[in-house]
Amino acid sequence: MVKAETDKAVAIQVDRLYKSFGSLKVLREITTEIRRGEVVAIIGPSGCGKSTFLRCLNLLEMPTSGKVYIDGEEITAPNVDVMKIRQNVGMVFQHFHLFPHMTVLKNVMYAPLTVKKMPKAQASQKALDLLKRVGLEEKADVFPSRLSGGQKQRVAIARALAMEPDVMLFDEPTSALDPEMVKEVLDVMKQVSESGMTMAIVTHEMGFAREVADRIFFLDGGKIAEDAPPDEFFSSPKSDRAQQFLEKVL
Amino acid sequence: MNNILWGVNGLMPSSLVLAQMNLDFARIAESIPFILTGINVTLQFTLISAVLGFIWGTILSLFKISSFKPLYWFGMAYTSIFRGTPLLVTLSLIYFATPQLTGYNISGFEAGVITFTLNSGAYISEVIRAGILAVDRGQAEAAMSLGVRYKPLMLDIILPQAIKNILPALVNESIALLKDSTLVSTIGAQDLLRRAQIVGAQKYVYFEPLLLVAVIYYVMVMILTVASVILENQLRRSS
Ligand SMILES: Nc1ncnc2c1ncn2[C@@H]1O[C@H](COP(=O)(O)OP(=O)(O)OP(=O)(O)O)[C@@H](O)[C@H]1O
Ligand SMILES: [Mg+2]
Repeated sequence: MVKAETDKAVAIQVDRLYKSFGSLKVLREITTEIRRGEVVAIIGPSGCGKSTFLRCLNLLEMPTSGKVYIDGEEITAPNVDVMKIRQNVGMVFQHFHLFPHMTVLKNVMYAPLTVKKMPKAQASQKALDLLKRVGLEEKADVFPSRLSGGQKQRVAIARALAMEPDVMLFDEPTSALDPEMVKEVLDVMKQVSESGMTMAIVTHEMGFAREVADRIFFLDGGKIAEDAPPDEFFSSPKSDRAQQFLEKVL
Repeated sequence: MNNILWGVNGLMPSSLVLAQMNLDFARIAESIPFILTGINVTLQFTLISAVLGFIWGTILSLFKISSFKPLYWFGMAYTSIFRGTPLLVTLSLIYFATPQLTGYNISGFEAGVITFTLNSGAYISEVIRAGILAVDRGQAEAAMSLGVRYKPLMLDIILPQAIKNILPALVNESIALLKDSTLVSTIGAQDLLRRAQIVGAQKYVYFEPLLLVAVIYYVMVMILTVASVILENQLRRSS
């Protein structure tokens, strides 16, 4: 494996990342580092490539060029085991994508059981612990269709945590929720961040970003147009584009 | 050959039969157990072909959604050939060509199972492919993001959801298979129809044995149809 010449404190390193869909250039030269335990909120106008950027970090999208390192290991190298890498990078989706034909418990224990070959009793215990952590242990035996949106997303977070990833990616985790359910999901995410997890979160929740994130990435024109601590970004954005964006969303 | 294919020749003056309509099942009473044994043969044949066809159809459907082009083209060409050739032609080809090419003296039953497996595989693969494509792309992405590999991804996540959606179509395919199974009577397998023809030829009465097996076929198809309706309702309630 190719190791980046960076210290162990860097969880995600992105080096001149480009991504195009056909002739549409979505990401143009993104270079950045996210340190271990850091929480980054990625914001920007619709269609600016936030999801694409996030999905390049676990190779759900193949970068057109450039390099991505997770824990110092280059995941964009030609012969890496993509599945092995994804075990280490959890992802939470806007629309949850729980497995509808499995109970909540099965949803959470499926990957440790199948991917990590964890013994069943251990996987089940771990899943119950995680469900307790997201406040849903009493829902262990129901099917996802019986859950509210907020509950579904909390199960999805537990499912991702069950693989004990080093990095968690969230793509608009609260955008599909009714307003009254947003808080319960944000609370769980906050709790995850407090446990020291490295997180990259695409979100429209500016209050949450301000409170929980260590850094804000403002994506525009396929680049990270601004990269600043929340206080600085929200009080005095440098570019006009960021200013306009904030006026619209705040 | 002609006689084997059309053992029902004696039925031809149907106007005559219809005019008389004097049914007499007593004349074939002693042969009825012989005919009924054909239910076993027909059901066995249909069941084996349906199961093997389902497995083969699943594999073919995976070929057809594969991004590996040779597999994709094989799946497409295969389906096109089997959908575009009359079943009776494929059946005769396999029955008569196998001994000629391999020296193996294939039985009518075996030739039938092979033909129907290959053929229903082609149809079922289309159904399953549509079922797989109807499963939300997010399901695969969620599983992949957890590091789940192709085989468990398909077997545990995608196929169970796909098959649930297409169960009614699969039952319809089994019904078609059951009815098409009568074609094996043309190559000497002693299925329900063939037995009726044999009895007819022995006793010189064709109407009664054929009417009997027609009713039996109808009842079997109705059982499957009702089962599929119940299944469909249950699925609708559970989702
Ligand atoms: N698989 C794809 N094929 C072609 N174009 C794509 C694909 N995925 C994304 N795009 C395009 O790339 C651009 C960026 O998409 P992306 O989903 O990353 O934006 P986003 O910032 O997440 O937007 P939103 O806020 O609406 O979620 C859009 O113009 C989108 O249409
Ligand atoms: Mg998006």
